[in-house]
Amino acid sequence: MYVAVKGGEQAIDNAHKLLAKQRRGDTSVAELGVEQIRQQLPLAVARVMTEGSLYDAELAALAIKQSAGDLVEAIFLLRAYRTTLTRFSASLPIDTSAMQLNRRLSATFKDVPGGQLLGPTFDYTHRLLDFTLLAEGEFPGPESQADAAVQDCPRVLGLLAKEGLIKEEQDTGASVADITREPLEYPASRAERLQALARGDEGFLLALGYSTQRGYGRNHPFAGEIRVGEVEVWIEPEELGFPISIGAIEVTECEMVNQFVGSATELPQFTRGYGLAFGHAERKAMGMALVDRSLRAGEYSEEIVSPAQQEEFVLAHCDNVEAAGFVSHLKLPHYVDFQAELELIRKLRTPSREQAQ
Amino acid sequence: MNAAQQIDRDAVSDRTQPLLKVRGLTKLYGPEKGCQDVSFELYPGEVLGIVGESGSGKSTLLSLLSGRCPPDSGVIDYRLADSHKSAGQWLDLYSASEAERRTLLRTEWGFVEQNPRDGLRMAVSAGANIGERLMAQGVRNYQALRAAGLDWLNQVEIDPARIDDLPRTFSGGMQQRLQIARNLVSGPRLVFMDEPTGGLDVSVQARLLDLMRGLVRELDLAVVIVTHDLAVARLLADRLMVMRRSHVVETGLTDQILDDPQHPYSQLLVSSVLQP
Amino acid sequence: MNAATQPRPQPQPQAPRDEAYNFAYLDEQTKRMIRRGLLKAVAIPGYQVPFGGREMPLPYGWGTGGMQLTAAILGAEDVLKVIDQGADDTTNAVSIRRFFARTAGVATTERTPEATIIQTRHRIPETPLHADQIMVYQVPIPEPLRFIEPSETETRTMHALNDYGVMHVKLYEDIATFGHIATAYAYPVTVDERYVMDPSPIPKFDNPKLDMSPALMLFGAGREKRLYAVPPFTRVTSLDFEDHPFEVQKWEHNCAICGSHDSFLDELILDDQGTQSFVCSDTDYCAQRVSQGRAAQ
Repeated sequence: MYVAVKGGEQAIDNAHKLLAKQRRGDTSVAELGVEQIRQQLPLAVARVMTEGSLYDAELAALAIKQSAGDLVEAIFLLRAYRTTLTRFSASLPIDTSAMQLNRRLSATFKDVPGGQLLGPTFDYTHRLLDFTLLAEGEFPGPESQADAAVQDCPRVLGLLAKEGLIKEEQDTGASVADITREPLEYPASRAERLQALARGDEGFLLALGYSTQRGYGRNHPFAGEIRVGEVEVWIEPEELGFPISIGAIEVTECEMVNQFVGSATELPQFTRGYGLAFGHAERKAMGMALVDRSLRAGEYSEEIVSPAQQEEFVLAHCDNVEAAGFVSHLKLPHYVDFQAELELIRKLRTPSREQAQ
Repeated sequence: MNAAQQIDRDAVSDRTQPLLKVRGLTKLYGPEKGCQDVSFELYPGEVLGIVGESGSGKSTLLSLLSGRCPPDSGVIDYRLADSHKSAGQWLDLYSASEAERRTLLRTEWGFVEQNPRDGLRMAVSAGANIGERLMAQGVRNYQALRAAGLDWLNQVEIDPARIDDLPRTFSGGMQQRLQIARNLVSGPRLVFMDEPTGGLDVSVQARLLDLMRGLVRELDLAVVIVTHDLAVARLLADRLMVMRRSHVVETGLTDQILDDPQHPYSQLLVSSVLQP
Repeated sequence: MNAATQPRPQPQPQAPRDEAYNFAYLDEQTKRMIRRGLLKAVAIPGYQVPFGGREMPLPYGWGTGGMQLTAAILGAEDVLKVIDQGADDTTNAVSIRRFFARTAGVATTERTPEATIIQTRHRIPETPLHADQIMVYQVPIPEPLRFIEPSETETRTMHALNDYGVMHVKLYEDIATFGHIATAYAYPVTVDERYVMDPSPIPKFDNPKLDMSPALMLFGAGREKRLYAVPPFTRVTSLDFEDHPFEVQKWEHNCAICGSHDSFLDELILDDQGTQSFVCSDTDYCAQRVSQGRAAQ
């Protein structure tokens, strides 16, 4: 008797063992340590933390190891772990203007108070394979001056706001929904949108942001400011009544300055798009900022014609864990539905067969 | 305000009561962008043309009138049909619920878009396009839908043999006639039209205008038609409103405005057309 | 709760539960949130209730909605059956059954009459359900209007306003094109004469089993974060036209194993020449009939 492709427990167990073997590779090569991943693949760790919505570099590194370098899979692992965690407290909003900067740039002004700081970046490297790395040559890097004077670095867009040249963002004081706990409903608030974008797939947001630059929902962006560095996280436990710092996290923040709007009652003002990511993740933060701005089309009475402006389209499809899951479910058996379709198509073809006779 | 004043329908015949009462309608996107302070009444069977150059506020006004966009201020009252459960009552369009507005839009009202692609379901057949309103009203008999489809294709001068063809296989003029059929199948009393002949070449326009004029008279439709083409206005409209920079600058009988315009802008508009 | 009518093997004994996780994986707060959603769903049959769907350790699209519902209603005394395509031994069914055996330590069964909760993907068992049973359906796209209207804002308005004419446009078009309604699965239904509902991708063959069923039907869509329900003894009618009534599939063949001529059959291709054979998609139903046949002999 023919046996359909039905797994059984043994097949699943065997598949898991084979996966473990594939992940480990040649056992004569030393096993990759989680700490090595954390130290030497920090940008991968940053992406997994950002889209996994959990700031824990060690667990992110573990997820990367476990997923054999498949970052979407690693993000999924971190998310599934995050679900089970108890919530102790919500932090106060982080104050990125008090950031310990590693990198900062503004494309809108030649110089800004606090200065531009190039920091670690691929930006001006020549993309030539470095064969010394193949030989595993050590490169210690420059001595950094831990004692460099900390300058006051006000946010660039804040300077524009002082002149009234950019729309002020209003804090409505409303409580902010947690989209990992409550379902996202449309139209979403900006806070919910930003959460969804922060969790959204870097590649998807990059492509959408790019599409706005190419005319699909153009909004004339300038990189007002990108800053990367450490900010303190504060919580205010009810029983204490005053805030306490629980540590610092590295974040990348991007504020875009976008085309101005005016109306019958208001003078023209620039508008802005906002992006924030854990760790050093400029591409993600910039893509997010572009898409945040394009999704504000309705707010500024702009015509909504392009994918990047359509809230439901963007938010419903930006999550790579959801997307990867639903695409991969096509691998599950569908033979009952397919049988129903087979039966139907045969039935539909019957009359034409009769006509042919 | 007076959303539901019961009128004495025995004392006043349907024809002498307005269908639509518009007062102080305003919606501005910028200084003189949009429309402001528009008031008029529309009677059953009457065709009102709104004319003016691009950006004068014609289309904004049409969106407000047809329930698509709430005004900044002003009121639109519509007198419900006798077949309606609140027959003869006045409905304040923007105080009414979304449900009431939608019901109106798929029963007693119609909207003919400038681009038939916006007003048709391009992915389903001509028959399905015509049948949609009937299905929304609960018709569940395939043969009845079929019969209505064939009948309306006939009425708008499309070969009934094309009932199962997709609209994309139709010419622009046919698509526009199909859109009209799709609207009229529910027997509306009031139809809004946004430059219905806009994208068509002249000979096709003439045929469509002829058809529309016939249907309007035959079915006793009230129509609000937006056009920048004064020839269209002259052929179809009983009355005209001339708009410029968000204001209605002149209103009156069509012949009167076209033959003896009073406002300098109307004079300019008319003279620019009449020049060879 | 065991409604088996004849001597058969007992359900799989309870395995020790994995104590590293809460009972049935989800925390109690989340389960309460889901139960509140379910109560609302039962109160408004066929209405899609948004819920705060959690990330499950299985991929989206693989039954995370159904699993969350099962987790929320599962008790220690329940007997769980999981099927995919009607079969208990398909990989995904095995994976989900194991998950609950591990995290909840509940008894599992392959036999429909013995189960108190049946989580399913794409089928309703052939064995009639009874009032002590709950069906949990895994739903990929809960919105029956989705492929006509992509916007969620718009579809929710259409549901609210009972604005369903467009559903029949699709059926009209099928008849005009093919002479039949050409929807074979996920065939839309009207629940309790109000909401149009996607019964999940079950073949339309199974639609009549939803109507006036004594069992409670729960539907969970994890990725889309929606749940909905059909309470026991609720009218569920498949959309159709008066002169083109709803019909279910029929086969010219009988099951090659049990000889059934009224169950949903899977087509097997036996060799390179394309020789076909047809067997029951519901493996438990098929096995029941075989053992009954033997007993009769």
